[in-house]
Parts: sequence; C-alpha cells; structure tokens
Amino acid sequence: MNDSRFATRSELIGILVLAVFLVVILPLCLDVFRLNLVAKYLTYAFVALGLVICWGYGGILSLGQGVFFGLGGYCMAMFLKLEASSVENTKIQSTPGIPDFMDWNQITALPFFWKPFHSLTFTILAVILVPGIFALIIGAAMFKRRVGGTYFAIITQAVAAILTILIVGQQGYTGGINGMTDLRTLKGWDIRPDHAKVVLYFFEVGLLFACICIAQLVRHSKLGRILVAMRDQEDRVRFSGYSVANFKIFAFCIAAIFAAIGGAMFALNVGFMSPSFVGIVPSIEMVIYTAVGGRLSILGAVYGTLLVNFAKTSLSESFPELWLFGLGGLFIAVVLAFPNGLAGIWGDYVQPRIGKLMGTRKPKAGWTDNSVADGAPAE
Amino acid sequence: MSDEANKGLLSPLRRKLLMGMAAVPAVTMLPRASFAQAPATSAVNTTGLAVTDTEVTVGILHSATGTMAISETGSIEAEKLAIEQINAAGGVLGRKIKFIQEDGASDWPTFAEKAKKLLVNDKVAAIMGCWTSASRKAVLPVMEQYNGMLYYPTFYEGLEQSKNVIYTGQEATQQILAGLNWIAKEKGAKSFFFIGSDYIWPRTSNKIARKHVENVLKGKVVGEEYYALGSTQFNSVINKIKLTKPDVIFTDVVGGSNVAFYKQLKAAGIDLSKQPLLTISVTEDEIDGIGGENIAGAYACMKYFQSLDNPNNKAFVPAFKKAWGEKTVIGDVTQAAYLGPWLWKLTVEKAGSFDVDKIAAASPGVEFKGAPEGYVRIHENHHLWSKTRVGRAKLDGQFELIYETADLVEPDPFPKGYQ
Repeated sequence: MNDSRFATRSELIGILVLAVFLVVILPLCLDVFRLNLVAKYLTYAFVALGLVICWGYGGILSLGQGVFFGLGGYCMAMFLKLEASSVENTKIQSTPGIPDFMDWNQITALPFFWKPFHSLTFTILAVILVPGIFALIIGAAMFKRRVGGTYFAIITQAVAAILTILIVGQQGYTGGINGMTDLRTLKGWDIRPDHAKVVLYFFEVGLLFACICIAQLVRHSKLGRILVAMRDQEDRVRFSGYSVANFKIFAFCIAAIFAAIGGAMFALNVGFMSPSFVGIVPSIEMVIYTAVGGRLSILGAVYGTLLVNFAKTSLSESFPELWLFGLGGLFIAVVLAFPNGLAGIWGDYVQPRIGKLMGTRKPKAGWTDNSVADGAPAE
Repeated sequence: MSDEANKGLLSPLRRKLLMGMAAVPAVTMLPRASFAQAPATSAVNTTGLAVTDTEVTVGILHSATGTMAISETGSIEAEKLAIEQINAAGGVLGRKIKFIQEDGASDWPTFAEKAKKLLVNDKVAAIMGCWTSASRKAVLPVMEQYNGMLYYPTFYEGLEQSKNVIYTGQEATQQILAGLNWIAKEKGAKSFFFIGSDYIWPRTSNKIARKHVENVLKGKVVGEEYYALGSTQFNSVINKIKLTKPDVIFTDVVGGSNVAFYKQLKAAGIDLSKQPLLTISVTEDEIDGIGGENIAGAYACMKYFQSLDNPNNKAFVPAFKKAWGEKTVIGDVTQAAYLGPWLWKLTVEKAGSFDVDKIAAASPGVEFKGAPEGYVRIHENHHLWSKTRVGRAKLDGQFELIYETADLVEPDPFPKGYQ
C-alpha cells in the first residue's frame, strides 16, 4: 500500500459521502434555522479536526483549544464590531464611532490594537497568525523543555483560564463577560438575513473540506508517520535523530490554526463572540467531540461534532431541566462501550458487514485509519 | 334612574367596591363567555404567529441549568404562575396561553440560539425571558431581526431601549437615585464606598451613583472597588473600609460572592446595624444563601419586597407559595417576571391584536393595577414607571419596608448628566 498517496480509495469514498451529506442532503432537508445551527456545529468540527492531528496522531492532549477558537473568533468579531459601530449607528453614545461596550466603560478613543482591525485583509491574517504564533510560543516553551502528557494538558487548561480572566477583566477593551454582540455586516454585506446564512454555510463547508484535505495530506505524508511514531515511542524517534519538539510544535500549531478558523466562522455565523467559548469547560467539550467521533479518524471528528451538538440541542429542547444528565449519560456510555468512538463502531461493526456484502476482504481500512496506527513508520 | 346615578357619584369608592365585588363571580364565567366572543384568528394575527382559535403560544427562556439557574428559577416560577392565573381568568382575547420553555443554560450564545428557535420555529407571540445583561445583549439582535417581543424582568444598567423589549425591572437611575437621596437625608451621609462585581451592570450603576453623590448630594466617594464574578476574598476591601470609615457602604456585588462578602464583613467586626450599608443587588433570594444573621440591618434599594403590605401582594404571596412550596421566597426580580405575562395580556387586549408591531405601539400607557408591587405603567421608552423602595434586612431573611417614594419614578434609560 502506498502510504504517501493523498487518500486511500475508501477514504476518498468517505470524503465524498460527507460532501454529499453536507452539500446536498442537509441543505435540502433542513430549513434555514436548522441549517444555521449545523453551520454553528461545524465551526467546532474545525477544532475537532485539529485535535485529531494533535491528539489522535501526535498524542498531545490539549485541553485549551478554546483559547485558539476564541482568539480566531475575537479577531473576526473585532473587525465586524468595528464595522457595526459606525458613527451613525452609535449616535446615542457619549463618544460615537467606538464599540458600544467601550462607551459604557468610559473609554473615549479606540485603543491602538483595535485600529488595524478596520482592514479585512489584516483581520484574515490575524485570524490565522495570532493563534498560530501564540501556539508556537506555548509549544516552543513546553515541548523544547520536554513537558508533555498530563502536564501539558494542565498547562493548556491554565492558559484557557488565564485568557478568560483577561477577557472578562478588560471589559473596556474586550466587551467583558457580555462578549461582542450585535455583529451586523461584513464589508457592507449583511450577515444576518437567511440568504446570507446559506451562503456562509456553503463557504464554511468549503473551508472545512480544505482543512480536511490538509489533515489528509499531513496524515499521509512522512510527517504524519513520524507523528504517530512519536506518539507510540517518543524516545525511539528522538534517538533516530528527529527533533521531536519541532514536530510536536507543528502539530499543535496546525490544531490551533484550525481552531481559529472555526472561531472566525463562528463569529460570522452566529454574529456573536463571548468568553464562554474560551474557558476550560468549552475546551473540554471540544475534546469530547473528538473522542465521540473517534480520535484517530479525520471524518469521524466531523460526525462526532455534529452528533454531540445535535444531541445537545434536541435534548435541551425536549427536556429543558434534565437535558444535562441525558448528555452526560450519553458520553459515559459512548466512552465505556466504544472507546474508539463512532469511527470504532464503523470499523468494528458496520464495515465488516459491508465488506462481506461486497465480497472484499479488507476489514480495517476506511475512515478508522488503523492502517496508519498499526503500521510501523516506513523508513 | 338619575337619582341612582347621583347617589352613586356621591360615594364613588363604595360604588367601585360594589362593582369590583359584582365582578368576582363573573370572572369564573369569563372563559366560556370569552370563547364565544373571541375575535377571529385572522383578524388578531396577521403575521403568522402561533395563534389558533383557542390557543396562543409564548416562550419562556431562562437558565434552568448552570450557575444562573439559582437566580432564574424564581422568574420561571413567577411567569408560569402568571400564565396559569391568566388562563384561569379566561386567557388572552379568548385564547388560552400555552408556553414552550427553553433552557438558556447560563450560556449567552445558547440564549440567542433558543430565542431564534422560539421565534423562527415555534412562532411564539412573545418571550418572557433572560436575566443577566449578557443574555439580554445576546438575544436583543435576534429579537430585532425576527421582530419578536421580549419581556425582560431584571433590574439592569439602562443605556438601552428597543421596540422589541419591555423592561419590567428598574433601570439604574430608578433603582439608585431615590435610595441615595434617602440615605443622605436620613443618615446625613456624605462619604460613600462603592464595591461591585466586575461587569457592566455594577460599573454603570456605580458611575451613575458617583455622579449623583458628587454633583447632587455634594458628597464624596472615598473608594470604588471591583471584584471578578464569583470572587470570595474580600478581606482587603474590608480593611480599606475600616481605614476610610465611609458613612455608607454602597454595594452591587452579585451572585455567590455575596455570601462570602457579608460573612467576612461580619467576621471583621463591621456591625451593619451601626455601619449603614446600602445594596442594590441583594433580594430575598440572595439572603437565602447569605443567611439573615449575616446581613441583618443592611438596607436594600428595590421596587418590591415580599413583605409589602398591599392587597395585591397579599394575594400574590400565598398564591406563589401554594404553587411552588411554602419555603420559596420572592425577590424583586421574581415579582418583575410575574408582571411580564400580565403586561403582555393587557397590551394584547388594548391593541386587539397579537401582532408584535401593534403590541409595541400599544405598550406605552398600559397599566397593571394588580401588580404585587402596587401599580405599574409602561412608559413611552418601554420601561416601567414604578416606585423605589428601601427595605431593611431582618434576621428572618425578610425586608422591613423603611421608605418608599411618594410617586412613581420615571424610567430614564439614557440619563442626562449621568453618563
């Protein structure tokens, strides 16, 4: 089997099926409100995708992905908020032309670090670079000192807590606990009406597939195999002459950038950004999406995110007072019964049967990715 | 005929009483009577809301889970009680109110999502909901985009006014100014120390209070400190209070932090029966957690206390306890939440329609005489005219009414000279 290919045949089929599901089936079956909800769920799928690379392949468990989701989201929200705070929209304030929360906090001029966010180009660069560089700094500081495993997870949690406190505390500059609300237009294009939501949905699905392709490329490259080797036997890789830290930093940065793209799409889709996506709890939730989908499966991450969020919405709509228990029970059941998540169920139960029906004898291919996990690094 | 009419005019009070008593049995007949006369759905609902010939659907949107659940549960209960009572009295335009409850889960974006679901999917005619400013700020764009009607119960910071929201709580000036005037006059207070939780409502409230103290009362603010939501360490600020010896401690600390704050204040030897403290954030609900013995003697500035002595409240408190248990307490916001469904019903009947645009237009001037706080009227700016009251906390967790403004206080969400 040639591992350097972009994708195996069954993976290609999996990607196609997902594409049909997201591009054709969902838009046809759902009304705009539900489609917009799916768009919101999919923003988390970017994070889950990053976690598959960083945690599933690289073995680096980050419990602070909310930080990068938040940074990306806030960068985008700052741009949108500035556009929504034109002088005529904010006539009623003591200082027109600045975001409303600054006015409430007695700030009379736009802070210097807000000014570049008048430019969309700068914003798009910032969405990618700010979280990327931040991840690079954290990663370099940690991995170069060989901090890993549990300690790394704890530190990422601390970073998430710190960033939340920072955002809530500096409310004059960040909107505090309220977050940035009432985002309206993107370069004059109203992002709130239904048709805009549909356009944003398809744009987001396109971006998601771009990210899936990058993840596939990483996975099937030599880099991906080194990541897996590192996860399973870090010392051996180090003794073979590889700089383990650099590979880890790379995986962590990719995960951070994916999360940030998700965050930016979230701000666009929901018209809202708040510190409640940055903290410890949402960060852990994002890990759960990946765990439910199967942490070794790129496509599983997308399905896992959709399933968990769908369950969250429908349970809370049906049982407003009890839904959290139901959701908790669901997680425990999935983790206990199916440690490899949805992808595990697919690989262990569904695919062998399909295989039997089709007459092929390759039970462990497809989107479970055991081919890479089991295989030794091909050097 | 004319003789009778003249007699009636001679004693208008007696006549009103008689009329009221005569109306009592009629109430039980109302449902049937009004079903028969209910106006056609096509006439009262031109925008496709969830209104049928016998039912109208509204939404209840609060946090039933998460950190805010403890505060918002009272509002949910009050709104359900009001809906039940309205239904028992014949509903709205002959239609029973059905409600769909959604959980905001103490998470602001979830509030926005659920509000959208209620408006777009369920087509509810109105939403009773939100509690924190953050949740309202999240929901507001949704209400404006999909043209919904929100009845928002919490006292809040002002600086907002929307066609799509009726604010049944007090905005900041309504809550604060009369209380400060009273304490300045009564206690001769000249120096104030402000302590608040660090978010928009305490910051805005303290800004207004500071301007009032400095410009109107000619007093001095000797300290202003903020603590992150959920903080439990207040020792340093308590030391500062001891050093500066303010005439009045003015607090807007919210939520669980209150418990730590008042306990530490007591432990530090500050006796609230000698050191005046005025809070705008502690209601009967919070005292439940703080403990009456830790806060007894403090003054609270609200528009409603459970102990209010008026006929409306004497009917409301037992009804509430009957519905939700003897031990429940009723705070300011719970009462304001109770006003929501009633004000909506009265407005719908005034407008003769469920259409949001007509309700928004008909709202100013709507008065509710059955309010437990006494009497309220909706102002042009969609806030309520209501009285400001000062109560003193007692050991049993209730407030004793000390002072109330003679007249209703005008709501002024964008106060001139206070920004």
